[in-house]
Amino acid sequence: MQTAIEHFPVLIVAISLFSAITILVAGWINKKTPPFISIATILAQFVASILILNHVLTKGPIHYWLGGWKPPWGIEYVVDVLNAYVLVILLFLGLACAVYSKRSIEHELPHKIVSFYAIYQLLITGLCGVTVTGDIFNMYVFIEIMSLSAYALIGSRGKIALKASFTYLVLGSIGACFFLLGIGFLYSVTGSLNMHDLSLLLPPLYGNRIVKAAFVLFIVGLSIKMAFFPLHTWLPDAHAFAPSEISAMLSGIIIEVCTYAFIRLAFSVFSVNFIRLLPIFDILCWVAGIAIIMGSILAMTQFNLKRMLAYSSVANMGYIMLAVGLSTSARNYPWCGLTPALMHILNHALMKGCLFLVAGAFIYKADLWDITELRGLGRKMPYTCAAFVIAAISMIGVPPSVGFVSKLYIIFASLEAKKFAFVAILLVSSLLNLIYFWRVIETMYMKGEEGEEHSHASISSKDEIPLSMLIPVLTLASLCIVMGVLWLAGITIPALNKVNAMFGLVVIR
Amino acid sequence: MIEGAESLRPWLAIACPALSAILVLLFSKRPNVREGWTLLATIVQFSIIFSMVPMILEGTVIESYLFTMFPGIHFGFKVDAFGLIFAITSSFLWILVSIYSIGYMRALREHAQTRYYFCFAFAIFGAVGVALSGNLVTMFIFYEILTISTYPLVAHEQTPEALFAGRKYLAYLFTAGSFLLGAVVLTYSLAGTTDFNKGGILTMAFAPRSVLMILFILFLLGFMKAAYMPFHSWLPTAMVAPTPVSALLHAVAVVKAGVFGIVRTVCYIYGIDLMHELGLGIMLASFAAFTMIVASLFAIAQDNLKRRLAYSTISQLSYIVLGVALLSPMGITGAMIHIPFHGFMKITLFLCAGSILVASGKENISEMAGIGRAMPMTMFAFTVGALGMCGTPPIAGFISKWFFSLGAIQSGQIAFLCVILIASLLDVVYFFPIIRTAFFGKMLEIETLSGDREEKVVVLSEKVQTKEGKRPIYLFMVVPLAITAFFSILFCFFPQAFHLYDLAQKAVKDIFGGM
Amino acid sequence: MMEWLIEEVFAKYNYWISIILMLIGFYAMIAKDNLIKKIIGLNIFQTAIFLFFISLAVVKGGTAPIVSQEMISKGHVYVNPLPHVLILTAIVVAVSTTAVALSLIIRMYEEYGTIQEEEIIEKSREKGMTGV
Repeated sequence: MQTAIEHFPVLIVAISLFSAITILVAGWINKKTPPFISIATILAQFVASILILNHVLTKGPIHYWLGGWKPPWGIEYVVDVLNAYVLVILLFLGLACAVYSKRSIEHELPHKIVSFYAIYQLLITGLCGVTVTGDIFNMYVFIEIMSLSAYALIGSRGKIALKASFTYLVLGSIGACFFLLGIGFLYSVTGSLNMHDLSLLLPPLYGNRIVKAAFVLFIVGLSIKMAFFPLHTWLPDAHAFAPSEISAMLSGIIIEVCTYAFIRLAFSVFSVNFIRLLPIFDILCWVAGIAIIMGSILAMTQFNLKRMLAYSSVANMGYIMLAVGLSTSARNYPWCGLTPALMHILNHALMKGCLFLVAGAFIYKADLWDITELRGLGRKMPYTCAAFVIAAISMIGVPPSVGFVSKLYIIFASLEAKKFAFVAILLVSSLLNLIYFWRVIETMYMKGEEGEEHSHASISSKDEIPLSMLIPVLTLASLCIVMGVLWLAGITIPALNKVNAMFGLVVIR
Repeated sequence: MIEGAESLRPWLAIACPALSAILVLLFSKRPNVREGWTLLATIVQFSIIFSMVPMILEGTVIESYLFTMFPGIHFGFKVDAFGLIFAITSSFLWILVSIYSIGYMRALREHAQTRYYFCFAFAIFGAVGVALSGNLVTMFIFYEILTISTYPLVAHEQTPEALFAGRKYLAYLFTAGSFLLGAVVLTYSLAGTTDFNKGGILTMAFAPRSVLMILFILFLLGFMKAAYMPFHSWLPTAMVAPTPVSALLHAVAVVKAGVFGIVRTVCYIYGIDLMHELGLGIMLASFAAFTMIVASLFAIAQDNLKRRLAYSTISQLSYIVLGVALLSPMGITGAMIHIPFHGFMKITLFLCAGSILVASGKENISEMAGIGRAMPMTMFAFTVGALGMCGTPPIAGFISKWFFSLGAIQSGQIAFLCVILIASLLDVVYFFPIIRTAFFGKMLEIETLSGDREEKVVVLSEKVQTKEGKRPIYLFMVVPLAITAFFSILFCFFPQAFHLYDLAQKAVKDIFGGM
Repeated sequence: MMEWLIEEVFAKYNYWISIILMLIGFYAMIAKDNLIKKIIGLNIFQTAIFLFFISLAVVKGGTAPIVSQEMISKGHVYVNPLPHVLILTAIVVAVSTTAVALSLIIRMYEEYGTIQEEEIIEKSREKGMTGV
């Protein structure tokens, strides 16, 4: 007998879909309602996802058969610790961005509020769908739903944003098509689309070239979607011109859900044994290392704040993939298996979300895009700039923030795998992060405004962003530190270790 | 017997600066209350730290851990004799520097005072955390907090030079932080733990000699805060900060945290035996000797008073490193007591430099002719500090140099004894001209506004005496430096004041106890 | 030589056609300057993948997967319907993608007056490539 909570995965996706339609209808009647409907929906989804996480941690994975059709004929939704964790992260960030976007969208796109929220809700639908599904073709469909919404949202500001969105569309569709091809290859040799079923059918076929080709297609397709160097070229343009809350969602969640999809495919469909047969993960580690360095170096050369943050995201996807690549070799608790990768998914969402929302605050208040224009903002918008400093310090890796913990875990994992080059790469990248973030912080705080060189006297008028935008920013910034302490205290690690046990990466103690 | 005792006191001790930082932020609009919170926190913190001394002297080690980060690494404090020396130094000097800051900042009508006090409190938070931490990882966390909290202090003036100095500061110290993180992680993977242990923890590790030697170099690179050559250049450049900050950097928090780390690594991570075996003692001593001599030579060439004091600090820090590198009980005792003694003396010198700046606006020694006659109290304190630096009795510096020399003899390294003597001579060479110019220099004649030609000292002394005597705010600056000068003399006769000497002896006995 | 040709090429003609179409579409997406041509290329690429999928579904001697007299008489041998269903879904996705792409192109045309990619980039540089 299924309890109520077992219906939640589907409900989350369904509520979101219906809410999108509701927003369209309600917005036609009254232009003021869409933000509230959206925030209320996402709040409900977030609460449901926490309940799901709790259920999964205590009682075990949730299996839901759509339409009552048993797998492998029907589509199955499987929620285990990995899914539930990513679901909570994505809905939290989605909620923060939704609250933030109310004032921001009223300011930037006043005549498109209804359509913006409708598509935003569709984006959340797509993201939730990717996370909860247990069927790979279903995953493809939801990835496309998510991507299409993203294309539309990125281009919503018009003019050059359209071009950026178009580039993302073409490249993203190529990625999705590779993904589809991979599904086709797997289907042709096994005849099944269910993830669990595939994991049972594939082992005797590991030597088959079709299976290996499918794996490569998956990697390439998802790499385009997650802006993994060198397939990242769409990301800086998309970030530079998208509305800021969409940038926050893009860097914070959309590309991270694609890393989740990769983890799910690599470990649930193709199990650990397959990965150990090929040197794929070693190559992955090295490409990730290059991504980290190149992303950081390219970030240093940017003048536009959001482009700089975009390249920083490229580097961070490198961190996640490096951690994934090391997951089969790292066995010591607590940095064993996938724990560093999953940890960085959360941490990066928090840090990057905060940074992009702050960048949006600068644009909202004063239309400031370039770093050099940010002079003296430390005085005018003290809380926003403080949040930026906290998030930037976290990205650099100063203890006890969240970024430091990620780097520490990945360093330990690479030490255990005896790959010392990555330790050096991580330390060097911390210094590179320092260089380009410190430029921004200095400009914000230290250089006074023109003609106001050294006023010892009063503060120039404080012109802070409205509260509904400030609260998400400050929440994310403070979580950067609080979660850092929690991670260090090891409170949340055992939950992640269950994922490792599930995938056979480590024996649970 | 070393027993571990649980106590909340380490946590209370670091909670004081943290709380005061928050209170400073909250009361930013009411300067007197804000300053009051700072002073209250300084006094409370010092009393808590000082209250831990009796327990430590008996032989108990106060341990208190909050949570476990990794198997074998717990986040928490392990208060032992050596850590307490540094903690006492930092907290006591914080009281004096805070009082001085009030005078300094208000006299100059400085901007961003709230930010100043906030970052100061956090810097002390980091410094005391470093002093009391029980293992390398905890120490690393507080170390980095120290770096980041002192940046806004260095770049306080917000002029291009200040920003440049701040950038250089961060570049050096964050790079050092990366090296330190690498060293800590490598230690953990070799030894399975990072706790500070009297016999050293690396002896248990089965690692080839070359790895241990490379690890030591990584540690050294990680402690660039100790401003040894050739990685010293951030320190003179950072002199562009306000004087209380320079006093903090040079006497209390940052550089002493660096040397503290080196001593901890040598004695508690590597252990004396392992250091002898690997021959690292000689290597470290040579580096220290090089810095001592060359920094003194650089100091002779500087005209800016604060930069000369900066190079003097670089030289004196290497005395401490040399003392440790000699690996003898006397040498290490000297190193441990030179941390507080040098702190007091250097702070005296810097506070005097700051007073001179406030009163007359002068920074360069060549311009300071005759200032001793205008500001007698201040320059007398300066003389006390300078004599102490040279190692002259009856100032505390004599005691520590005595121990260093004995340590060199004890370990049979006569070459380093000569180095110590030469460096002391060089100290005299660059300090003496300052004193001579200040007291006996002939002032240039100037034209006053009324057109009369008067000797500058009369004009100056009028200006200054109206300030020194009449304006009460200047009292805030004169009293602390008088106190530190007094203590510098006191320590010579009673090195067991504040139990500093006893703590040092206890620590050295523990380190060498097993031998 | 002949056997290789027959075995590898002619017998697996569906795969070859699929690959060639994919490459044509891919080339069009990358090399063509006109935005509409890029979308056409995308469509060719996607269609090639669909053809590949559907060709997997073929069963020798099977009828259409509809329950009928013919099917029962042939012994219930019918073509695999699952790939057809998958491709229907995928076609819907492709159509949506094309729709979004075309709407973007229309808006770009309104904005810049051209649908050549190079010219759009130049025009945006003239206007100043800030966010607006």
